[in-house]
Amino acid sequence: MYTGKILESMKRLEATRGERLHQEIPLLSPDDRQSLLEGFHPDYKNDIFRTLKVGPSKGERTPKEFADVFEAYSAIDPAKFDLSSVDRDVDVLVVGGGGAGAAAALVAQEHGADVLLVTKLRLGDSNTVMAQGGIQGADKENDSPAIHYLDVMGGGRYFNDPKLVEALVGDAPDVLAWLERLGVMFDKEPDGTMTTTHGGGTSRMRMHAARDYTGGEMMKTLRDEILNHDVPIMEFAAAYELLTDGKKVTGAVLYNMETEEYLIVRAKTVILATGGGGRLHVSGFPTSNHYGATADGLVLGYRVGAPLTFMDTIQYHPTGAAFPEQILGQLVTEKVRSIGGQITNVEGNRFIYELETRDIEAAAIIRECFGKKNGVETPSGQPAVWLDTPIIEVRHGAGTIKKRVPAMYRQYERFGIDMSEVPILIYPTQHYQNGGLKINEFCETKVKNLYASGETAGGIHGRNRLMGNSLLDVIVFGRRAGAAAAERAAGIKRAGKLSLDHLSKFHKELKSARVGKGRISPMLLPEYRRPEAAKKKINALP
Amino acid sequence: MAEEMVTIYVMGKGYEVPKDLTIMKAMEYAGYRFVRGCGCRGAFCGACGTVYRTKDDYRLKVGLACQEMVQDEMYLAEIPFFPGNKATYNVDRLKPSSETVLKFYPEVFRCLSCNACTKACPQDIEVMEYIQAALRGDIEKAADLSFDCILCGLCASRCPAEIVQYNVALLCRRLYSAKIAPRAKHLDKRVKEIKRGKFDKELAKLMKMKKSQLAKLYSEREIQKAD
Repeated sequence: MYTGKILESMKRLEATRGERLHQEIPLLSPDDRQSLLEGFHPDYKNDIFRTLKVGPSKGERTPKEFADVFEAYSAIDPAKFDLSSVDRDVDVLVVGGGGAGAAAALVAQEHGADVLLVTKLRLGDSNTVMAQGGIQGADKENDSPAIHYLDVMGGGRYFNDPKLVEALVGDAPDVLAWLERLGVMFDKEPDGTMTTTHGGGTSRMRMHAARDYTGGEMMKTLRDEILNHDVPIMEFAAAYELLTDGKKVTGAVLYNMETEEYLIVRAKTVILATGGGGRLHVSGFPTSNHYGATADGLVLGYRVGAPLTFMDTIQYHPTGAAFPEQILGQLVTEKVRSIGGQITNVEGNRFIYELETRDIEAAAIIRECFGKKNGVETPSGQPAVWLDTPIIEVRHGAGTIKKRVPAMYRQYERFGIDMSEVPILIYPTQHYQNGGLKINEFCETKVKNLYASGETAGGIHGRNRLMGNSLLDVIVFGRRAGAAAAERAAGIKRAGKLSLDHLSKFHKELKSARVGKGRISPMLLPEYRRPEAAKKKINALP
Repeated sequence: MAEEMVTIYVMGKGYEVPKDLTIMKAMEYAGYRFVRGCGCRGAFCGACGTVYRTKDDYRLKVGLACQEMVQDEMYLAEIPFFPGNKATYNVDRLKPSSETVLKFYPEVFRCLSCNACTKACPQDIEVMEYIQAALRGDIEKAADLSFDCILCGLCASRCPAEIVQYNVALLCRRLYSAKIAPRAKHLDKRVKEIKRGKFDKELAKLMKMKKSQLAKLYSEREIQKAD
């Protein structure tokens, strides 16, 4: 629990609670937003980026950690690799077992395709399962897809691809209705009306939730559907390399994470739905992401020639846990602010409206800690600000926290912190990659027969995503990818020949750009072993 | 100051690890690289259910490796997978009743009310209570009580009646949400409006706008007041 200076600061926060209860802080003006971002958002720190020297997005900037996996060799030597025996022959290969992959596989099978879903961990292991706060959709009388559209564009600072946003907001109500029919347990009023709240940057209350396990509840249901419909799945099977006939994608090399054996899959179309890259830890940030979020799909797509877009913008979620250290970087859902939680500095004063968009909110917190030196220092040295949670119960009554955000309550209770009684300490955490493989509204990448959806795809959210639009995006574009890939596969008699020629070419490019041979990707899993232990590894069972 | 260390026994083998780590981070400190037994690292995915015992105590305790702190002389094993029975069904065609639950999971009848499942739940869910509710046909209560389940499988691992509680719970939540909870009428209405093209013109207009026009509209948005 809190001691010393932290406890003193908490007392000051408690003292200001009464006057903060009805304090109104206006949204920042466009100019103030811009100068705040330029001063303190990590996207504006030039030294964390590098310009890509090879591949289809050569010349573009991306964080160094992402550049390191894009500009890297495959562990496969294409000259020596045996592709002669095909283990599986399918219409649609779906890579990734999160929300986008599961939705894509279900819809592709519904369209009559012979599907195989592969995932490097378990079905459902994804950022989807961790998404807490909600899913947007303009389904209330005072709302419309057009109003949703404007919120998305403004949140993304108008860089978003209009066609993708149209698809996102236009499909949203149907996606919600689909999930409702499947039996996702949304928060509802007794008459069936969806309970909705605000999220950062929404002008209407259109955040639908399943308590604070929204993504988990969706994923449990989709996973159940995959099993009920007997969709063929292969777990602990990572896609390690795509295969092409020289131009079009024709399959993939899989890697069995347990037996270390490889498998060859021939496919008429391939959907990449491998999620994000939080585990690359841009600029050393902690992350709220799943263990498997290592950007593998981006690497695979990039090597076969699919360009990336917006890979110079990362979303830092304003409220990652800063204390206790054991849960550093774990998400404190935005829903805590949606239902009235307030952010204050070491003196207990608010410094920003709590439902600004995430980029603004995160930059304001970083400024408060580093620019204004008004942060709270935690025992590990991690800077932080307060998230006043007891004020939620002052406003909405005792028991609100346990009822509306049970996962959060439990997360803190496990470490002896009752967040309905005391505030919690937070700091931005790497949360989402705004960019990804460039797609059109049918989820087609620039490479024929290769599709991307979910966090692997870019352009939907411009330079900043709003809360609740990612759970929406994975289902909207998962379903679209599934339908498009199945329809395309139906028109292909037989997948073309299988080759790794693209990889030979890519390796040559790397060599001419003088990229050292030691750099290997896709990463598949992050390295968290104690360095001394990892270093002493010998390959005794080759 | 040297870090304070404790000894943990991972599947019987001892390692010295700093005392302030979770089981998961302690195993990584010791040199384990997870393929199984590690998922979201934030208590949402159920990959890292762990059974442990402490010195001089016969009692088995449970936790999630990503959340539970190490203790000195802790004997532990992760149970990253449980081969539980999973029925397949089409929720659309089912009645939300105890008959449905018992048709797919007749073993629910065998519940001894021993409460071993509840004791084994790292999420502190009243597992036995929701199984009893399902047995009585109170699907709503079973859905409500089981809501925070993360499918780790520890309940089923301890059940003498071989009930797979987490799958029973999943069926109940889907039955409740699809068949008992009233539908959101505003949602169906909106889906129909979209199919009719009610918003097409307005969207098309916005899609053609320049950034400056959009920015103007955006800053003039009326923000709905929260209740």
